[in-house]
Amino acid sequence: MIAADQLAEVFVEVADTLVDDFDVIEFLETLTKRTAEVSSAASAGLLLADAHGQLQYMAASAESVKLLELFQLQYQEGPCLDCFRTGTAVVNTDLHDATMRWPLFAPRAVEAGFLSVHAFPLRHRQKVIGALNMFSTHTGRLEPTDVRIVQALADIATIGLLQERSVRSAEVLTEQLQGALNSRITIEQAKGVLARTHGIDVNAAFERMREYARRDHHRLTDIALAIVTDPTSHPDLTTAGTHQAHPTSAGSSDYP
Amino acid sequence: MKDSLGRLAHANQLIDDEPPILHGAPGTIGRLERLCSALTRSLPATGVGLSLLTMDNYGGGTIAASNAESRVLEELQFSLGEGPCIEAYTSRRPVLEPQLSTHGMRRWPGYAAAAQEQGVKAVFAFPLQIGAARAGALDVYRNETGSLTDDALAQAVTFAEVAMGLLVDGQDGAQDGQTSSDLDDALAYRLEVYQAQGMVMVDLGVGIDEAMARLRGHAYAQDRYISDVARDIVGGKLRLNRDAT
Repeated sequence: MIAADQLAEVFVEVADTLVDDFDVIEFLETLTKRTAEVSSAASAGLLLADAHGQLQYMAASAESVKLLELFQLQYQEGPCLDCFRTGTAVVNTDLHDATMRWPLFAPRAVEAGFLSVHAFPLRHRQKVIGALNMFSTHTGRLEPTDVRIVQALADIATIGLLQERSVRSAEVLTEQLQGALNSRITIEQAKGVLARTHGIDVNAAFERMREYARRDHHRLTDIALAIVTDPTSHPDLTTAGTHQAHPTSAGSSDYP
Repeated sequence: MKDSLGRLAHANQLIDDEPPILHGAPGTIGRLERLCSALTRSLPATGVGLSLLTMDNYGGGTIAASNAESRVLEELQFSLGEGPCIEAYTSRRPVLEPQLSTHGMRRWPGYAAAAQEQGVKAVFAFPLQIGAARAGALDVYRNETGSLTDDALAQAVTFAEVAMGLLVDGQDGAQDGQTSSDLDDALAYRLEVYQAQGMVMVDLGVGIDEAMARLRGHAYAQDRYISDVARDIVGGKLRLNRDAT
């Protein structure tokens, strides 16, 4: 059961963000984090459909290779794709029983240590624009009240993408969505730059970029853009050896 | 629903099918002109134009258009310093204006007035970009008001992707029937591909545009999928050399 005091904090935080000039990717990331926290899911993530009706990874409560793989698998099959196609939530699905339904996705999710999965549609009028995904390491069920609350969190994600309510809302949503999809690409490019510059793996690169953005109150997307278009623009971040080393196994081995 | 390979292949087929333009430009520009005509026919639209832009607003210009009217509307944006194409480029997202006479007039008073004089009632601009790399924008003109359908929107986005691919590859990839998207695969949109682009930037000491071209060039030369090459780069198994061409 989702606790009311936790929800109040989430509400305040989200409202704070929405009245400000905010970065869509960061907003969605915060939302996935809070979704995971209040629902005691191990991880949460969010996928949005591109102009071709193809789901694309957008944000997650944590970026690990395993988790990103699970989100990307759902471009082909999985709870998010089902939820996106039907427009209805997929809740309390035991992953051990889901191998028939999702032969690729279910075994990989189990391998990653998850026991159950949920997916909630992001809706705008008659259209489904994406899905909010939750993974649990326990088989505890989401109660009907919890389901309503998580659906509301998914609806808030849509509102965040809409920004303005007007007759142009369909156009605005498409513009925002496409912009967000491209921001995600920019972030991945910047992760690549930082990973190579510092000889770290892409997840460590993301953490470093995000910490830097938070510390200096930059928008994550702006920082990513600056790193890729002008690597000298943030020397603290983009000069090799300026940070304390956080050596990791992947990526550093081939560095001389 | 077509996968990405199918979409790009279909768009390239439509461009191939487009009759060659008499006295049309050769190479990349010629193919971009046919791309504009093919999209105009396929949507359908009144016209399609394609302009390159730069951050400082110098050095940009209209590179291709489906007809003279569309070319004029493209060039007008440069002289007025406003319009959907400039806005799409600057904001890095599509600019969809289904009704030029109302909201469009507030957005770009000079441009919207001139476009309406030519009978244009709606305009939709799509940035040519892959993450931080961007080249310009593709504009779709229509002589009736109203939103693009989902299918039309998907098609316009696909043609913008094809145009960006042609610009990244430059002259080399522009021969008919030998389009580089033959080696793009359904997984080319995976996160590793974008991460690899950033890594190649550092490895080769080049900008993102060049890094993308080199990554694609490497894949074509080795006859491999871009996603496979990208995975090797991200996994530390492959590193492109500064000296290799």
